[in-house]
Amino acid sequence: MAIQVVMPRLSDTMEEGKILRWLKKEGDRVEGGDIIAEVETDKADIEMEAFGSGILRKIIVGEGDSAQVGRLIAVIAEEDEDISAMLTAAPAATGAGGAVAGAVAAGPQVLQSSSEGRVMASPLAKRIAREQGIDLSVVAGSGPGGRVIQRDLATIAAMVESAPAKPTPVSPVSPPRESRKAEAPSPPFADFEERELSPMRRTIATRMAQSMASAPHFYLTAEAAMDRARELRDSIQAQAADLTVTFTDMIVKAAAMALARHPAINASFAGDRIRVYSRVHIGIAVALEDGLITPVLRDCDRKGLAQIAKESKELIERARSRKLKPDEFTGGTFTVSNLGMFEIEEFTAIINPPEAAVLAVGSIQAKPVVEDSRIETGHRMRMTLSCDHRAIDGATGAKFLQELKRLLEKPLQLIL
Amino acid sequence: MPVITYREALNQAMREEMRRDPSVFLMGEDVGVYQGAFKVSQGLLEEFGPKRVIDTPISEGGFTGVGIGAAMVGLRPVIEMMTFNFALVAIDQIVNHAAKILYMSGGQYSVPMVIRGPGGPAHQLAAQHSQSMESYFYHVPGLKVVRPGTPKDAKGLLKSAIRDNDPVIFIESELLYGTKGEVPEGEYTIPIGVAEVKREGRDVTIVAYSKMLLLALEVAEDLEKEGISAEVADPRTLRLLDTSTIVESVKKTNRAVVIESGAGFAGIGSEIATIISEQAFDYLDAPVERVTGANAPMPYAKNLERAKVPDKARVIAAVKKVLAVS
Repeated sequence: MAIQVVMPRLSDTMEEGKILRWLKKEGDRVEGGDIIAEVETDKADIEMEAFGSGILRKIIVGEGDSAQVGRLIAVIAEEDEDISAMLTAAPAATGAGGAVAGAVAAGPQVLQSSSEGRVMASPLAKRIAREQGIDLSVVAGSGPGGRVIQRDLATIAAMVESAPAKPTPVSPVSPPRESRKAEAPSPPFADFEERELSPMRRTIATRMAQSMASAPHFYLTAEAAMDRARELRDSIQAQAADLTVTFTDMIVKAAAMALARHPAINASFAGDRIRVYSRVHIGIAVALEDGLITPVLRDCDRKGLAQIAKESKELIERARSRKLKPDEFTGGTFTVSNLGMFEIEEFTAIINPPEAAVLAVGSIQAKPVVEDSRIETGHRMRMTLSCDHRAIDGATGAKFLQELKRLLEKPLQLIL
Repeated sequence: MPVITYREALNQAMREEMRRDPSVFLMGEDVGVYQGAFKVSQGLLEEFGPKRVIDTPISEGGFTGVGIGAAMVGLRPVIEMMTFNFALVAIDQIVNHAAKILYMSGGQYSVPMVIRGPGGPAHQLAAQHSQSMESYFYHVPGLKVVRPGTPKDAKGLLKSAIRDNDPVIFIESELLYGTKGEVPEGEYTIPIGVAEVKREGRDVTIVAYSKMLLLALEVAEDLEKEGISAEVADPRTLRLLDTSTIVESVKKTNRAVVIESGAGFAGIGSEIATIISEQAFDYLDAPVERVTGANAPMPYAKNLERAKVPDKARVIAAVKKVLAVS
């Protein structure tokens, strides 16, 4: 049986590796355990072992070239074995989709590897992972001894589904295995009740941990004068009795306009590239009793405030009654989370991957402000933008936030 | 459908087959005048007379050999072992003769014979009379081994065994004789070598036969209350094992627990676990669990007897283990 040699995941954060040197040439006999190449990862240069024996028939990724984790880099087979199918299938492994596509193409012969050794997974879990293109080395197992079992993959499958329709820019990474072990100890004699994780809780746990682990966050806070926005909202309410415009709607509209002007924020970090979205789909974080969900308003930059208000009201209602369809809570490019109604002055939010930024909105507070050298009562709102530093730099984020602040402070622009 | 006991079901099977075919006869200790140590042959002497219902001396090796000879020349003997443990005295006749004559005679002589009687744990019958005897026989090419768990299966399978042209080891259970169940009216048979899913489920397949089948069904009932849906598969025949029913069930549930009352080493659980790993490996979400009798002779003391035999708690623990839940 021919062995597909794929780029192994040699560290938790490794997305791709560079072949520094092949220690065997095509035609050489290779035994399982032989060092066949040296690979440069994001952390170190590491020797790569062969996981099976045979003749090194074909080197696909040459010295000095890089390959994503999971991508086919060589084939080990018997001398007379036909490996042409494997070689023609190889390009499929190199397509967009990073580790996900890599794992799909890798096929049943691939022996998973990671720095901590063999991945423990049930045969069923392995089959599901193969079929759904999930990289098992990043899944935290809940079976005996940390074995990955069927139920652990349900979470990951849900994540893959909830990612944008285009190939996922980041691989579905769950918290590193160690974190699971670290959770176990509890203080002696403590009284507690243990609750099973709901699927939603599990998804939130996995995605948020993934986000914090993989996306280096930085935070920018700005305060906007909301006096005019308050006036505008009041006058809209006075004119249109059947329309309710919330501050969240105004912030979504303003954010959409600012995103259209600063597309670098409306983006994803995709491993070896930045994906900048041409359409603006904003997710609104909605709290539920046992979690939260983010219904997505499509093309916010092209919709008027009234339409946004109407659609968001309807989406939020259905989110609360759990009647959203999958395409209504997936595929966002930016997220707004507003905790102002809970009298929170300001907070930081965790980026909802694969998005590159999230806006955390605090409450509007009456406070003394200086205007024209006089102290007056002003209404101020603090907003904090969390940015994925892999995609966005400080000044880029700052310009966006400044634009957003100006839009909210001169809100007529929102309805023009 | 009439509800009758396992004992009556066996009695009906023999009576119907003896009426149907004059070459069928019953032979064993106390099968005639005493009507069977467990009353399975009740009324047969009266109906069929002493030429067809024959009381023997205490000589299992002798009357098993007589049965083999009779079968070779055209009769269809049903040999009763008062308990199957006594078949150990006749094991040379069974293993070296009954099982091999067809092969060694180049197909000239077949041995259409049934050896039947109760086996497995009972109530305080102690070390020598409580053995799960099937494991001594299902290893032997040339034998068929049947262990029915319900009255319906007992009747249908015994009729098939009597009509079968090869020696069939048919092991009943003292603990099952008094159990009741629905048995179809009129003529029916159940083929040897066909398992049956006795209860449908989603999460785990429990494989169990004979008395352990009833335990598995009870456990499945309890687990249902905890939201665990257990499927119960009864192989019924152990040699000519119907692997596909078991494998298909495990492909559906992804997990398996095998129960057997005998000591586990090289038991049927080992065989079934191997078959599952060979034929359903990519469907398994956990290693197959075995719940077996303790690795010790059966104690006489009631409390120790209970400790030796698989019970509800151990089966439930095994199910939870394969499901990785607590």
